[in-house]
Formats: sequence, structure tokens, C-alpha cells
Amino acid sequence: MIELFFQYLVAGLTYGTIYAIVGIGFNIIYNTTGIINFAQGEFVMLGGMIAVTLHGFLPLPLAVLGAVAITMIIGGLIEVTFIRWLVKPSVLRMIIITIGISILVREGALAVWGEGVRALPYFTGNEVSSLELGGVRVSPQVLWSIGVCSVIVLFLNLFFKHTMLGREMRACAANRDAAALCGIPTRNMITLSFVLSAGIGALAGCVVSPITYTQYNIGAGLAIKGFTVAILGGLGNSMAAVAAGFILGVLESFSIWVLPTAYKDAISISILLAMLFIRPSGLFGNKEAMRLKDF
Amino acid sequence: MGSSRYRPVIILIAVIAAIQLATLVSGKAFYLTQLTMTAYYSLIVIGLCLLMGFAGQISLGHAGFFAIGGYTSAVLTTLDLAAYRDTATAMLLTRLHVLASRQDLYGATMLSVHPWAACAVAVLLALAVAWAIGIPVLKLKGHYLAMATLGFGTIIYSIVLGTQRFGAADGISSVPPFPLLPGASVSGTASQRVLNYYFAWLLVTAAMVLLVNLINSRVGRALRSIHGAEDAASAMGVDTARFKLSTFMLSAVLAAVAGVFLTHFNGGIGPSEASIMKSVRYVAIVAVGGMASIWGTLIMSVVLNFFSLRGYFGTFDDAVFGGILILIMLFAPDGIIGSDLRALVRKLLPRAETVKKPEK
Repeated sequence: MIELFFQYLVAGLTYGTIYAIVGIGFNIIYNTTGIINFAQGEFVMLGGMIAVTLHGFLPLPLAVLGAVAITMIIGGLIEVTFIRWLVKPSVLRMIIITIGISILVREGALAVWGEGVRALPYFTGNEVSSLELGGVRVSPQVLWSIGVCSVIVLFLNLFFKHTMLGREMRACAANRDAAALCGIPTRNMITLSFVLSAGIGALAGCVVSPITYTQYNIGAGLAIKGFTVAILGGLGNSMAAVAAGFILGVLESFSIWVLPTAYKDAISISILLAMLFIRPSGLFGNKEAMRLKDF
Repeated sequence: MGSSRYRPVIILIAVIAAIQLATLVSGKAFYLTQLTMTAYYSLIVIGLCLLMGFAGQISLGHAGFFAIGGYTSAVLTTLDLAAYRDTATAMLLTRLHVLASRQDLYGATMLSVHPWAACAVAVLLALAVAWAIGIPVLKLKGHYLAMATLGFGTIIYSIVLGTQRFGAADGISSVPPFPLLPGASVSGTASQRVLNYYFAWLLVTAAMVLLVNLINSRVGRALRSIHGAEDAASAMGVDTARFKLSTFMLSAVLAAVAGVFLTHFNGGIGPSEASIMKSVRYVAIVAVGGMASIWGTLIMSVVLNFFSLRGYFGTFDDAVFGGILILIMLFAPDGIIGSDLRALVRKLLPRAETVKKPEK
């Protein structure tokens, strides 16, 4: 019983990392542009898929690096092609455009990779190898995903707080007009935010791919989970998104105990709806901070 | 003023009849099957147009209401209650024509809910769900509203897909015909094809008359004021919450009715009807039609649904709708019946916003 409990916990944490990363991806773009990128989940899918393909002729670390780089380029291209030149687009317009992008990316992936389910090999060891941690057996890949998630969060923290570029992006988030007046190329910052969130999405997609597998259509589901996480943590707050990601992952994992697996998605989305109705500022957010956002 | 408002409706009826005659003359009566399905899909889309274009509320979950209608009707009419035939409740319900006996595929007698009763339950259920969901959801704006309705659609999809009673991935088949009059029913049989075509388009025409009147009434002006500036509308005494909710419920009922009849017409329903892609497709059609133009939306709905159902888009079906969404929103957020074309169309089809010419 107690063993099963930890199994579910670990599974929940693994899914939680990927939800957290998608949630952070939402936040990065939301903070610089004020839009929600409905295509966010597709970056995770692209990362996993491209890495699997590259792994056909490259060693694993290079394949992962290559996949992250290519997805970053795709993220940048998407922004430049579809979003950069729009003058003050309405929220509705942006929602519909990013949904359209996500459909095109998904259909493109279907054309390139087919319907097959793919996975990268385990980074260390294999399906059956496990580490013993205080009496609980944990797959090394779980440690990889949690570790990579931590590194991403740490990196983002350093980047946003201690580099010029990161500070410029935050300035752009706080007040775009003022940032532009200070000579910050705000349009480039927006492109950069897409590149960055594509990159971390792709990296997460690679790391969890051995456990959760990758398929052309996983993006939409991940996007809605990632948004749930972003809302749970309070939109725009990346650190809270990590905590919210773990909460959602674990809740979802334990829901299998009481309800059939098929309803797993319904559970997490019900959490999203409940949050939106009761406390749209998030578990950790406050109403005053919400009012500062521009909608 | 009545005549100019109904002119497009008369044109619509004429076009419906002309198309039927054309298929008769050219011997392509099989087109009527897709045109009938197109009519039902159009019913959802024009309801969504009222919600999106006039009340200004996006819904990425309307396939959910279609599924509620379709699945409720499918489950109730395929339910076999023959084992309870002799209970008092069953006998009472049979006398009230709520339950009806019929022969199943293998000739055995089964007792299930009469399609009319099932339809009523489906519509009431859709109303109830739309009410329960609408009250909290319509308080949200922008991304939150989009995600909440997307979430609603996803929940319906995962319930439909994950429940054995709903046939899981296979859906529900062998749904009986929907009797309209003696000898006339909503079903896929070839002998009823022309009748079904006219019945489906009759529903669309009725809905269009309803919506045209609604848009030109006090309600329509209230909705447009909500779309324009909700706070201002509220300050002017428009009960914004009530108008948004009733529009949401009306569009949900239209979707549910479409679901009920299309399910009987097709003889079954599958989970793909509840999928997010379907909801997105309806939004795409409203966007192409010009958001706040029910006639433009109807025209685009007929064109796109018909091409899609005829398989012209092949394996790129979803990609076509994704591409349409992006292109329209990038280059013509007011729809492709753009300013020039629209001026032309306005001459032919007077629309809601058209300033009325002074009466002589």
C-alpha cells in the first residue's frame, strides 16, 4: 500500500515537472506580450519528436541539444511570421491565431512523423533500472526530469534577475511603452520570449519522453494542463507555477485511485474551472497583483 | 421594415429549393446527404455566431453541447428497457408515449425512450448544462473565457471517450429513425433523402428567422452594446450577465438540437463529434463569416462544411481549418466578406447593422 502510494507520488511528480515547464512557458510569453500562446504544448511535442529523429544518427546529448535548438528556431519563426507585425491585436484575435498555429504544427507533425508513439531511450540505465531512495524505488529518468526542471527554473531566475537581457525582458513585461522609450527593442524581446519558452518546452519534452512518450497530438492536452498550472500559481508567476505543477501532477496521479484513468483529464480540467471560478488570481497570487495585468 | 429584413430569408428558401431541383435534374441526389449534414452543422455555427459576433463571448466548447444533444438522444433511444416492461412506471410512461416499443436489428422487441421524448430530455439537459456552466464561465473574459470553454469541451470529450455506456471510442450506433409524421422520419434511408434535406434546412431557416428578429430587437442592440463596451452597457442599465447567459443558452440549444437530429440522420454518433477540433472548426467558420454577420457565417458554413464532408480537403481537413483561422485572423479579422465585397453583399443581403433607409 505504502509502496503504491510512493509509486503514484513519483509518477505525479514526473508529470508535474512537465506541466510546470509548460506553465512557465505560458508565463514567459504572457509576461512579455500579454497573450496566452495556445500552441505552447506543441513545443514540448516538437522537442520530443525532433530529438527522437535526431537520435537516429546522433548521440543522445547532441540529439537533445539539436532538438532544443531547432524548436527554439521554430518558436522564433512562429513569432516573426504570425505575431511580430500585428498592430495592437485584440485578445480574441490572438487566441484564434495561436490556436490556428497549434493546429498547423500538429498537422505538420502528423505529416512528418505519422501517428506512431515515440520515445527517447532512458538517459541513464533503462526501463527496469531503478535507484533506491529511502526504501522507495525510483527510475533514474524521474530524477533526470526533476533535475532538469530545477536547472531550468534556476537558469531562468538567474537570467531574469541578473543579466541585462533578462532585465530588459522584465522591463518589457512591466510596461512595454516605457521600455520602448528607454531604447529597449521590445519587438525583439517578444521574439526572444517565444524562443525561450520554445526552448524550455522542447527540453522538457526530451527529458520526459522516455517515461511519458511522445505523439503528434499531445500538445493540446499539455497546453491545457500547463494553463491550469499557470492559473493555479497565478498567471505570470513562474516560481509558483513549479509548485502548482507538482500539485496538479500529484492530484491527477492519485485521482486514478478513485476514478478510471480515462477521467484523468476531466479531473485536472475541473480543477482549472474551479480555480477560474473561485480564485482566478491563483493559489499564491493576490487580487491587487492581478489588477496590474492588462486584462 | 419587415420586408427588407425577410428578403434574405426568402432568398435562402429559394436557394434551398433551387439546389434540390439542381441535384434532381443533374442526377446528383447523393449531394443532398452532405447538404443535410451541412444544415445541421450550420445550425450550431449560426448559434455560435450570435454568441461570438454579437454578445462577443468566445466558446471553444460548442462541440460539447452538440455531443450532449446527440449522445443523450442516442443513449435514450437505444436503451433497452424490455426487462422492465411490466413495471407500473414503464406502463405509465408507455401510455404517455415517453417509452415506445420497436424491433431491433434482429427482430426482437425492445422498449426504449421515444425519440421525441429523448429530444426533449436532450434539449433540457443542454439548457441545464449551459445554465450551470454559463453562470460562472461568462463572468470570465479574454483568455480565461477561452480556456474555460475549452476546458468544458475537453471534459465532455473525455467523459464521452472514457465511458463504456457511451460506446467509448466506437460511439453509439444503430440509433433508430426520428419519426416526424406518419411515413416521414429523420433517417439516412435513401427514400427519405429529399424530405430530410428539406427538414434540416427548415430548421436552419427557422433559426435564421429567430436570430434575424433577435438581432434587430432590443435584445440584439443590448448584445451589441455588450460586445462594444461591457462596462458602458452595464452602466446604461443593460443586464449584461443575463443577456450573455441567455445567448449562451440559446446557442447551446441550437447545438444540441443539431446534435439530436444529426445523430438520428446518421444513425449514430462518435466521440470525434465532441472533440476540440470540432469546436475550433465552428469558431473558424464564424471567423471566416465575419464574426458579426449571421448571413456571412451561414454562407461560409455551407461552403466549408460541404467541401469538408465531400472530402475535398482529404487528409488535410484539420490543417485547412487551422490555416483558415490563421489567415483570416492575420489578414481579415472582419471576415473575408471584407469591406468592398461586404458593400456589395449589403446591397443584396441587408444585414443587421445596415442603416435602414427612410421609408417612403
